[in-house]
Amino acid sequence: MAVLTASSGTDSSPARATGRPGALRRSVQRNLAAHGFLIGAVLCFACFSWYPMVREVIMSFQKARAGRTTWVGLHNLNQVANDPSFWQAWRNTAEFTGMALVLGFGLPFVLAVVMNELRHARGYLRILVYLPVMLPPVTSLLLFKDLYNPDYGLLDRLLHLLHLPASGWLQSPNVAMLAVVVASTWMNMGSATLIYLAALQNIPGELYEAAELDGAGLLSRIWHVTIPQTRLILSLMLMLQIVATMQVFVEPFVLTNGGQGVNGSTTTVVYLIYQYAFNFSNYGAACALGLLLLLVLAGFSVLYVRLNRRAEA
Amino acid sequence: MSGTRTLINPAQQSRTLYRAALVLIVVAFTLVFLGPLYLLVTDGLKGTTEAIQTPPTFYPHHAQFSNYSQAWDRLSISQLLLNTLWYAFGALAFQLVFDIGAAYSLSKLRPVLGNAILGMMLATLMIPAMVLVVPQYLTVLDIPLLHLNLLNSPWAIWLPSVANAFNIYLLKRFFDSVPQELLDSAAMDGAGALRTLVSIVLPMSRPIIGVVSIFALVNVWKDFLWPLLAEPDPTKQTLNAGIYSLSLGVPQNILIAAAAISAVPTVLFFLFFQRNIMSGLTAGSLKG
Repeated sequence: MAVLTASSGTDSSPARATGRPGALRRSVQRNLAAHGFLIGAVLCFACFSWYPMVREVIMSFQKARAGRTTWVGLHNLNQVANDPSFWQAWRNTAEFTGMALVLGFGLPFVLAVVMNELRHARGYLRILVYLPVMLPPVTSLLLFKDLYNPDYGLLDRLLHLLHLPASGWLQSPNVAMLAVVVASTWMNMGSATLIYLAALQNIPGELYEAAELDGAGLLSRIWHVTIPQTRLILSLMLMLQIVATMQVFVEPFVLTNGGQGVNGSTTTVVYLIYQYAFNFSNYGAACALGLLLLLVLAGFSVLYVRLNRRAEA
Repeated sequence: MSGTRTLINPAQQSRTLYRAALVLIVVAFTLVFLGPLYLLVTDGLKGTTEAIQTPPTFYPHHAQFSNYSQAWDRLSISQLLLNTLWYAFGALAFQLVFDIGAAYSLSKLRPVLGNAILGMMLATLMIPAMVLVVPQYLTVLDIPLLHLNLLNSPWAIWLPSVANAFNIYLLKRFFDSVPQELLDSAAMDGAGALRTLVSIVLPMSRPIIGVVSIFALVNVWKDFLWPLLAEPDPTKQTLNAGIYSLSLGVPQNILIAAAAISAVPTVLFFLFFQRNIMSGLTAGSLKG
């Protein structure tokens, strides 16, 4: 995305430097100073981003045994794919992403549209929706674990008051993932809401007026004005959320211990990576699974880059 | 509010309907977003038997304020809080020094290969963070060439936080807008690159530096998996990871009280800086 905009600089000084005596020395000095400012960040990137990226790929095809690493080709990939949890983890991740999109993508838009219509209390509502985003995630998750508790949780109590059967929430394999999605949505939806709200405020009011003169009702105004006017930001957020939710980890990890208690019904791909690496010390398998996830998400990222390029143009 | 026309024509709205909707929305938002926080604080006040009693109570019948002091001691919150502050402000310092330096160099000094380096930095934004956690962890165990083990040291949090392409991108975009003539005239007066950065570019860039700083602090505060892995010793973890690590065998009401305490710093921080946080959120998101 920004790679394209980055090169829009003015003149390049090395070209200016040729010819005059001492110019070469000055150019070298200038470059030394420039690289001096750059070196700290570059070293950190090299050590903690670029090198791990290369290593992720290499280790996917290696196995470490007794301190020695050997090339094993596709063995890691094979082992990961034959794990009974493999397909379940992908299914669960897709399920989480799907539900998180219905809730976490749709709901913030609805909230933003509603908030944008109000002429009072908007500052207060903005603080409210963003408050959970600022909480440490474990705080929110411990609270939800408490609310979901089948014995003394408040949510089952509310169901009881409404004469509905208790749900068991995190204990029931059918509902557990939904419970995880609800908690995750509550924790994260504030930022999307505020981004949509900012986009809605940029819609020119004349468009609504014109639509109204043409006899467009409320829903038709949303469909023909609001959504087209915010389409770019909506599609960007959709990509971002797919990529983010497919990496879900903390929520199932803290709420259901990765889903062990509920027949693995909340085990996600990243949780499986965590297990391979940090419970079984099988780094090769963890990296192979990571590489698979990377390939799947790369598809969405390419889409995101294209949309972003259009947004910048 | 700006008074521009939105989805619904204000002239056609009946006042009572608007009032009713307003009250309904404010109440619903308050219940949904503030309600859980109310429960967090009050559940932390319940006694041991009341916390696990069926049916649960909506407010503590016998408030037990000692839960909070017990939580403070049992989960060594003062230690975790100090760790978090130490990591967060250290990460902030490193990010400000190195990322501002890098962005300034890439934007204004334009070294040879600068664009290639920027491209490689931005390429890291494409890699999902969770995919890299395993090789990153192994790197921290044994830093290449130096063969240092950073596990359980603050460096394991500080240094990786510098490798933040988003920060560098935001800063570079802002520095790009500083007029070149200003820098040229500073150079005429004999100011070196560092002098120019400190006395001209930085004072003009306060808003973006504020945004980057807030996000640097919030990121360390909210991160979970990395501090859990990089600081396996629970007494060295951040508040967020440490409460999880130390939660085993702690009674429900004490744990909730600890969670409530851990929410206080971020809530206060948010209420204090909410304008900057929200403007940074929308400024960054559209460009990211």
